[in-house]
Parts: sequence; C-alpha cells; structure tokens
Amino acid sequence: MKKILVLTTALTGAGFAAQAQDLTVMSWGGAYGESQLEAYIKPFMAETGKNVVAVDADNPATPVKAMVEANNVTVDVADVEFADGVRMCDEGLLEEIDPAMLAPAPDGTAAMDDFLPGSVTDCLVSTIVYSTAIGYDTTKFPEAPTKIADFFDLDKFPGKRGMRKGAKVNLEMALMADGVAPADVYATLETPEGVDRAFAKLDTIKADTLWWEAGAQPPQLLADGEVAMTTAYNGRIFAAAVGEGKPFAIMWDGQVLEYEGYVIPKGTPNLELAKEFLAYATTSQKLADQASWISYGPARKSSGALVGMYKDGKTPMGPHMPTAAENLTGALPSSYEFWVDKDSELNERFNAWLAAN
Amino acid sequence: MADLSASSATGGLLTTADGRPLKAALATAQQRAKRKAFLLVLPLLLFIVLTFIIPIGQMLQRSMYHDGFSANAPALKAWFAENPQGTEPDEAAFAALASDLKLMKQEKTAGLAGTRINYSLGGTRSLFTGSARSADKLEPPYKEALLADDPKWGQPAVWQAMRGASSAYTSEFYMIAMDMQRDDQGNLERVPENERIYAYLFVKTFALSGLITVICLALAFPVAHLLATLPMKWSNLLMILVLLPFWTSLLVRTSSWIVLLQGQGVINNILVSAGVVDDQGRLEMIYNATGTVIVMTHILLPFMILPLYSVMRTIPPSYARAARSLGATSWTTFRRIYLPQTLPGIGAGSLLVFILAVGYYITPALVGGASGSLISNMIDFHMDKANWSMAAALSAMLLAGVLVLYWLYDRLVGIDNLKLG
Repeated sequence: MKKILVLTTALTGAGFAAQAQDLTVMSWGGAYGESQLEAYIKPFMAETGKNVVAVDADNPATPVKAMVEANNVTVDVADVEFADGVRMCDEGLLEEIDPAMLAPAPDGTAAMDDFLPGSVTDCLVSTIVYSTAIGYDTTKFPEAPTKIADFFDLDKFPGKRGMRKGAKVNLEMALMADGVAPADVYATLETPEGVDRAFAKLDTIKADTLWWEAGAQPPQLLADGEVAMTTAYNGRIFAAAVGEGKPFAIMWDGQVLEYEGYVIPKGTPNLELAKEFLAYATTSQKLADQASWISYGPARKSSGALVGMYKDGKTPMGPHMPTAAENLTGALPSSYEFWVDKDSELNERFNAWLAAN
Repeated sequence: MADLSASSATGGLLTTADGRPLKAALATAQQRAKRKAFLLVLPLLLFIVLTFIIPIGQMLQRSMYHDGFSANAPALKAWFAENPQGTEPDEAAFAALASDLKLMKQEKTAGLAGTRINYSLGGTRSLFTGSARSADKLEPPYKEALLADDPKWGQPAVWQAMRGASSAYTSEFYMIAMDMQRDDQGNLERVPENERIYAYLFVKTFALSGLITVICLALAFPVAHLLATLPMKWSNLLMILVLLPFWTSLLVRTSSWIVLLQGQGVINNILVSAGVVDDQGRLEMIYNATGTVIVMTHILLPFMILPLYSVMRTIPPSYARAARSLGATSWTTFRRIYLPQTLPGIGAGSLLVFILAVGYYITPALVGGASGSLISNMIDFHMDKANWSMAAALSAMLLAGVLVLYWLYDRLVGIDNLKLG
C-alpha cells in the first residue's frame, strides 16, 4: 500500500514537472485546430524536441482572461480573435510582443513590412485572415446568387437563411445589402440612424432566419436542408464542399474579413519558449503551410506565393482564399476599433431585437 | 426496595456500575457519538462549503462589485466623493480626469476603466483608451484640452456613468438586469423600448418553465400510476423504458430531437408523405419556443415520474376500494381519496422539474432559436463576453426568483410534505 502511495505521488510529481516544461497552446479545435497542429505544432516539436500540448476552448479569450485575473496561468500561447486580442492588451492581460523577434520574409523584407497592414499589434501576431461569407446550397437555386443583396432577397432566392447569433458581421452585411458602399459601412454604423437602418434591413428576413452560434453549425444546417443560404466562416464551407464533396458554394460579395492570431497571456511561466514558438509559427513558410489544411489566408504577404495544394494534393488553394484578388471585390475588412468599442452596446440591442417578436 | 436504597445512597442519582452518575455517562457517550457523526459528515460539509457556498458567495459579491474604474481613477474618485450628485464638472474635475488618464496610460489600465464605464454607457470604451493614449500631451486648462481631445467628455451622461462607477460597490448591474438606466440627473428610468430584454426574458423563462412543469405532470401522472399498479413483471419493463432515456446523455437526446423535429426531419417527412401537410407547409417545430418546450419536457419527464411513482406505490389500494364500497363514483374516489395522497409526489416532482427548467441552458441553446432562448442563455452570453458582474447579477436574480417560489411552496403546501423517493 505504502509503495503504491509513494509511486503515485512520484508519478503525479513527474506529471507536474513535465507540465511545467511543456508549452501549452490553446486554440479553437476542429479543422482549424488541426491545421495549426499540422503546420506549426508538430514541426516545432520535431525540430526543437520540446513538447507542446494543444488544448481547445470554445473561445480561448474567455479562459485566458479568467486565468490571468486569477493569477493562475496555465496556457502559454492562445489563439484569439483580433478584437479580443486588442481588448485584452488594453486591459494589461497580455505580454507585449516585440516585432523585432518576428522572422523576416524569405527575401529579407522586415517582418513588420511583410505582415498585412495592422495585423501585428502590441500583444498579438496575426496568423490568418478569415472571412465570414455567404455559403449556399447550389442545388437550391437555378441561378447562383452573386450580390450580398441576394441574401436578403427572399423572392428571387427563396429558402431559409442562417446567420450568426450576434451583431458583428450581420449589421455590416445588412448595410451593404441596403446599398451602403463597404468603405462607408462603419461611418454609417457610428450614427444611430445607420444602426436603425441595418436592423430594418435585418427585419426583412428575420422571420425566415435560423441563428447559429458555433462555426460547425452552418455547414450542418446546409447539409440538413434547414437553410438554403447562410453566413459562415469560409473555411468551414470549403471543408464541406471540397473535403466532403457537398454541393455547396461560397458567394464572396459582401464578405467580412477579420484577422486572428496568437497572444501570450501575462504571467506565463514559459515566456521565452512561448516567444520562440510564436516566432517559429509565424514565419512565411509556416503560415503558407497552414493554408494547405484550411482555406484561410495567411497574414503575411510573402506567404501568398508559397501557398500550394490542399491536403488532397489536387486542389490549388489560391482561388479559395478570401484574400485572393478576385474574391476581394465587395469585401469589407472588419473594423476592430469599432467593435472593441461598440460590441456590448450593439449586442445588447441585437439580443433585444432578437427576443422581440 | 434494594434499588431505591442504592440510589438514595448516592444522593438520589442513578449511577453506572463504576459509580459515575448515569446522566454524565450518557452525556459523554452521546457526545462521542455526535462527534463521530460530525466527523462522518465533515467531508460532505467541506465539499459543499468549498464547491457550493463559497462560489455562490463569490458570485453574489461579483454582482455588486467591480473595481475596474474605481481602482484606476483615484483622483476622480476623490472629486466625486467631495462633490455631491448634480455638481457641474469644473476645471478641478477635468484636472482629476487628466491626472487619472495619465496614470492609466502609465499603468496600462485605460482598457479596464473604459470597459467598466462601457457597461453603463455603451460606446465609451474608446473614449478612455483614445484619450489615455494622448494623455501625456494634456496641458492646463484641462477642460479645454480634454474637450478638444474628444467632445464626448462634455456629455453629462459620461460623468454620470463615471460617478456611478467611482465606487467599487454598485447596484448598477442589477439596474441593467431590470432594464433600467440613470438619466443625466441620476434618476432611474426605463431603457428605451427597443433595448428592453431582461424583464421580458425572466417572465418568459418562468412562464415556459411553468408550462413545461404542467405538461410533465399531465404526462407523468398516468405513467406513474400505471407503474405503481401494474404487476411486477410489467412494471419493471415499463420502468426500464422510463429510466433508459434518463440515463442517456443529454446531448444525444437533444440532437436526436433535432433529427426528428427539423423542417426536413423525420416527423415532417412522414406528415408530407402521408399528405397531412404539403411540402411548402412543413411544420416549424424546432429552433423556436415550441422546440424548447417539446425537448425540455422529454428531458425532464423522469424527474416527475420518479417522485410520483415512489409516492403512489405506498398508497394502499384498499382505501380506494373502501371508498367505492361506500358509494363513491370513480371520479370522486380519485378526487377525494387518491389525488390528496399523491400530493407530496406532485409537489416534489413539480418543484424539481420547475427549478431544473428555470436554469436549463444547453437545450434552449441548441433547439430554442430566437424565440425559445431563456435567461440562462443570456447569462452564458455575458460569461462569454467576460462581463462577469452582469452574468452574476442575472444569476442572483434567477436564484432569488427560485427561492421566492420555494418559500411560496413551503407556505402553500409545506416543505414537510415533499417526498422525493
């Protein structure tokens, strides 16, 4: 009995010791988590001999904030939405990142000139550009939708719609469908009349809309035939269409582009190793590698040329990227300044709008 | 006689064999037994205190405490303390603001302070982060300098919100949870109609939970009666049918309902192929309140059946037979003899189902859509946005609502009459 006790104590001790040296990286799981695992985490472990533990959360920003506030940080690197990264940085919850530690492009261009404009902040280094675009079932419409206004046109394109349960992206799309140019969207939303106008446009399809919350839901709703058209993360529709052969297509007009990237929570016990991992994961080549696992655009210009084939070995990824030139007409880069500030206000309004009948 | 003389020898007290007074010996023995009993329940007590009492206490504290602004704006806090409600912000106030902004820049806390003010007055977060960024350049007179930096600093609402947040202890989160806000003078008023949500959701949550409880009772009563009266071999089989779904994972049951109820789902397909409804008129049974009620009724049904069954099993059939033999109709027998005896089970089942329904969140999140969401989904929303004080305030109000109902139940039925099994 005593022997067992000693043994288990030693084992747990060893477990803790191993944990202290391992690097813990928190992300979103699913196809996206897998792309990170294949593109950076596995090669990093192979090259450095360090162990990296990948853990998932619904939204890593929430547990990271809780950990830092409780002063018990067990995550060394976390993958968060850009606006969340900026907000947490403002609140002093993240370690600052010196851009000098980021690797230059293969042609020697400094990292800060190579990353897409604004994609590196004091605390966050972007890895991907993803977009919320319209996915639709090609068998439902004899004529494919081409404009964001078609999403709101129930006469010409009948069928249920799917939208994310939240204000972000929906308000922008509603305004663009109502004829506001992408460049004027946020200026319009700054005014109360602009917000009313966006909600009025959403009113026109409210009765025919299902609301999704997790990224995996829109392809499922399409596959079940519950909706004919839905907003979705472009990578999810790509995975269902190309990866699983579903009859889905993406309409890029009115897509909303956002950055996503890595942050280091304040107070991590493995700061140096975390920085090393972050620099390793964000080289031009690694970001390009990730694109062969999921159709999200790399956040570095120099990665574009390095993007190759999908993991099936026969689909070129270039045209499926939200950042491909032909997909960018009518695209709107999301304004994090706007959402960091207005997020709670507009979501309260959105929730009230949703609950009212 | 011998006994009597023995007791009189020790002054009238009964003693044990070794001569100690019996009363003291009994007390010692009982003490020991009590201590043992206490030690046996100690692990549970500790467990409950650690995992239940303390977290609830912390939650209640969170709902009234947020020092995001007050801890990072000491100068303004002092100014608000000195100047009562209604004082126009003067140059001294702006000087305090400027010094706090400089401090916030230094300590990188503008985001924290701004977030706190943003809870009370949406769209003000960037006011703090923006002005803190340029705080070092601020020169007196501060009022002009700050208004030049951002004219929003002149708005009374901003000062009202800062006054509200200048104390770490605040009732503001409860105020928001009741769809109230303060106007420029600091008086309470209801928020504009298109922003009211919480009161409506609380009412909807309690109404839907009540409806689910009633449906559960109506469905469970005959089933429990059957279980209690059938011969053993049939009732065992029936019991398995009740318990099997009870033991099946909640998510599995919820997602199988999605398969059954959705527009292109099994039930609609059967109805369409049977010609009951046409293909365009498929029933909408999910992603709305109907879906929430159907699925939650199914999930909570065993919580009604089991207490009812345990009570019904103990009712001797001879009572009903006696009533019939005295000339009662079957309805009278049921109403006056059987039903009153099942009341403890009805009370227990209803209370259990209702309290579980009020706090349910996974099922409404998955099948509730826009109209079937409950207050718990709003709590989850605030948790996700890391607005913990708001989530705590809503939870505390939910807790209070349940406690009030519990109290009412105790007054009307009596908690002693509760029988869970």
